[in-house]
Amino acid sequence: MDREAIKNGLVRWFEGRYHIEPFKELLTKKEVPVHKHSVWYYFGGITLFLFIVQIITGILLLFYYKPTANTAFDSVKFIMTKVEFGWLIRSIHAWSANLMVLTVFIHMFSTFFLMAYRPPRELTWVSGVILFFLTLGTGFTGYLLPWNEVSFFATKVGTQIAGSVPAVGGFLRTILRGGEEVTDATLGRFFAFHVIALPLCIFLILGLHLAFVQLQGMSSPLSLKDKKEKKSIPFLPNFLLRDILAWTIALGILASLAVYLPAELGKKVDPFAPTPIGIKPEWYFLWMFQALKIIPSKILIFDGEVVGILGFGVMGMSLLILPFIDIWSRKEKRSLVFTFLGVFMLFFIIGMTIWGLLD
Amino acid sequence: MKIGILTKKFTRKEFLNYLIGISGAALAGSTLFPLVKYIMPPEGVDRDIDVSQVNAAKVGELMPNSAKIFRFGNKPAILLNTPQGVFKAFSAVCTHLNCTVQYSQETSHIICACHNGHFDLNGKVISGPPPKPLEEYKVYVAGEDIIVSKV
Amino acid sequence: MARKKFLKCIFWVFGVIFFSRLSFCAEIKDSCLGCHKALDDKALSAPANFSANDMHVKIGISCADCHGGDPSSDDISVAMDAAKGFIGRPGKADIPKLCAKCHSDSGYMKRYNPNIPTDQLSKYEVSQHGILNAQGDKKTAVCTSCHNAHNILSVNNPASPTYALNVPDTCARCHSDKEYMEEYGIPTNQIDDYKESVHGQALLVKGDRSSASCKHCHGNHDAGLPRAIYVGNICSQCHALTYDLFSKSPHKAAHDKLGIPECEVCHGNHKIMKPTDDMLGVGKDGVCLRCHDSASAGFKTASLIKDSIDDLKREITQAKELILKSERLGVEVEDALFDIDEADNSLTKARAYIHSFSAKEVNLVADEGKSLARKAKEFVQKSIDNFNYRRKWYIFVILIIFVFSSALYARIKILERTNRR
Repeated sequence: MDREAIKNGLVRWFEGRYHIEPFKELLTKKEVPVHKHSVWYYFGGITLFLFIVQIITGILLLFYYKPTANTAFDSVKFIMTKVEFGWLIRSIHAWSANLMVLTVFIHMFSTFFLMAYRPPRELTWVSGVILFFLTLGTGFTGYLLPWNEVSFFATKVGTQIAGSVPAVGGFLRTILRGGEEVTDATLGRFFAFHVIALPLCIFLILGLHLAFVQLQGMSSPLSLKDKKEKKSIPFLPNFLLRDILAWTIALGILASLAVYLPAELGKKVDPFAPTPIGIKPEWYFLWMFQALKIIPSKILIFDGEVVGILGFGVMGMSLLILPFIDIWSRKEKRSLVFTFLGVFMLFFIIGMTIWGLLD
Repeated sequence: MKIGILTKKFTRKEFLNYLIGISGAALAGSTLFPLVKYIMPPEGVDRDIDVSQVNAAKVGELMPNSAKIFRFGNKPAILLNTPQGVFKAFSAVCTHLNCTVQYSQETSHIICACHNGHFDLNGKVISGPPPKPLEEYKVYVAGEDIIVSKV
Repeated sequence: MARKKFLKCIFWVFGVIFFSRLSFCAEIKDSCLGCHKALDDKALSAPANFSANDMHVKIGISCADCHGGDPSSDDISVAMDAAKGFIGRPGKADIPKLCAKCHSDSGYMKRYNPNIPTDQLSKYEVSQHGILNAQGDKKTAVCTSCHNAHNILSVNNPASPTYALNVPDTCARCHSDKEYMEEYGIPTNQIDDYKESVHGQALLVKGDRSSASCKHCHGNHDAGLPRAIYVGNICSQCHALTYDLFSKSPHKAAHDKLGIPECEVCHGNHKIMKPTDDMLGVGKDGVCLRCHDSASAGFKTASLIKDSIDDLKREITQAKELILKSERLGVEVEDALFDIDEADNSLTKARAYIHSFSAKEVNLVADEGKSLARKAKEFVQKSIDNFNYRRKWYIFVILIIFVFSSALYARIKILERTNRR
């Protein structure tokens, strides 16, 4: 077998130069548990796939995109109408972003409910939550780049909300907007955040996140702890092939969405136009937006919006350090309190999102 | 009949391997195809993306007392070289009923053929039905190019 | 040297202050205002309360300059002494001459405004108003009827009755008053008609001050009936091309010969509406039929012109529908929109060229538009084809994805079965 010989030759060539034994062993020995919750394992992989799609399509969009207030909208229009397959690249980029946020949500909630964050995988969880925040940040900054009316006003509202954070709000808003108002300057820095600063952070944290997973293997749910017979499949090739299958299906879904529901261009920004009625942020920020909208303007002596924002801050913080505050998880026990909190949050987010959509 | 002699299981596995290989290559190809197409700069696009200014003509293209209509965004505009040799640019959309105006060399006016509206070389209405002057744009020369700008 | 300069300076400063005080005193000395403002009778006190924008007050023309008398005296018998030229309230019929005292004196007027015309009186004398005034008609308009007696404002002041936007209502004060106009036996609906017309709408609704109002056709100081047969010369002041085409057409000679009005025959006078394409051709609203019977050459030309315009309109509508449809699909239509704008121009132009009353001329313009509309249509069609090409690529990719993933799935199943063994 010629092919086998070449393969062995290559492996030997690398082995002679680099110490790849541990990696080889890690990959070949790695097993993925099989159980009734196994399906959730794929969402991390799909998120990774969508991230790669974002990087590729994002780089391609940069070929033609021009990030100034005068040119941004028209260059996106140019991509959509004049460049061959430009409509596809942009639509895929837009859809992949939305799906990626969705799969991040699913991935996070599944690891939450399966308590995969319990020792020894605390840092995998922490890095994952950071990735979640970075993903949201990338979505928020990318939304403005086409410089159309909807994105302009959504950014105006979004940065306004950031401005009501106590103490640092004004500072934060000025940093985000690059001035008092959403202008050309805002576009410039959002561009920098979106195409380099945030992706770079994602790359670094993602590297750690994946390294943790590879080193520690996948966690199996608590409910399986007492079972004697533990089923599993090898990571190579079985699980990887399954991953590839999932990615292919994701690609098909992306292509279908891009062809049948292409990303819209909207209307070019007119900064002096009055804010259109019913301006809404991207769907994944909608639940926070809606919650802030319905919160009473005064809670005791405190400003309602500030209380809401502080609430989100506390939530984000507890999410980040969850493995360290969930004391039951540290003893390998089900933590009913956190599961209940998680269910409550899930319903709260879904409910608020639906309310926001209908509003 | 090679397939016939081999066991059923073996053929199926081999067949699947081949199918995966071929369709995988096709999938890679059909994914790369749009990407390669995308990278190729689009043909026949000579317009600037920035609609607030446009490269309207080359120096020397317009003799004094002549003009040309060019596309500015998605509306026509007129660049003229006055008899005194000064470049001026206006919106070519007549303020009466949106016809496209033109330059009349005999009268040195900008005229609208639809209802014979006359504008002077400052865009002001001289005669005819147009109610308002033509919008004037800025013109500057950059090297060989005559640039017309809205701002 | 420096000292001399300083003294000179002091001298000038005091001189200026002294003389400005003097002129201030002279102003105070106008006894007309002083007394009349204090009067209880509104009819006598109102004129004294001048608007600061009054043209005459602004340049220092006082009551006595029109009414005579001696404003420097506080004694009523001196100030309002007929011997000192006091005329009191001037008779209505005398007003034009009174105003003309200054306004016809070009040497005098030049001091205030070198560009103001000074022929108002001579024009007025030949106007319908002036003729009636000369005949002793007390109801006819004089200067003050339109310009007001006091508080006379500049024509550029939006509060002035002679301001472009106010002209129709100023004329309407008398001309729309049925009772007032009864004895003259002329209609009183002109201004109402005018307000509905395309000119009235442009002036009063859109605020387009260049739109025609009463004075553009009838004149202002020389207001009178335009000679219907020359009406084209009036309309051509703005509608130059259409009248030019008309003049070169066979209609010109025919109208002259028959002595029938030009533009007015088809478009009307006060109630000139935006022309519709139904006015063309031989349909129910066709104006051509008023003169041309079905056997005439004019009848044939009328229907040819109508067809030409209709064809162009159809092409444009079709192209626009296609553009709209494509826009919804999300395909590129920008270039087509540009072309369709130009096609619309051709339609506007073709409608103007109707006045050549030559099917050939109209066709020439319409064909230009038709080819532009077709160009737009072709462009959109190309975009749509391009869009369908998307679907083709998509179906191909989906098929491959389907084959690949099914094969992969089957392969995984086999792999896992062997694993279990």
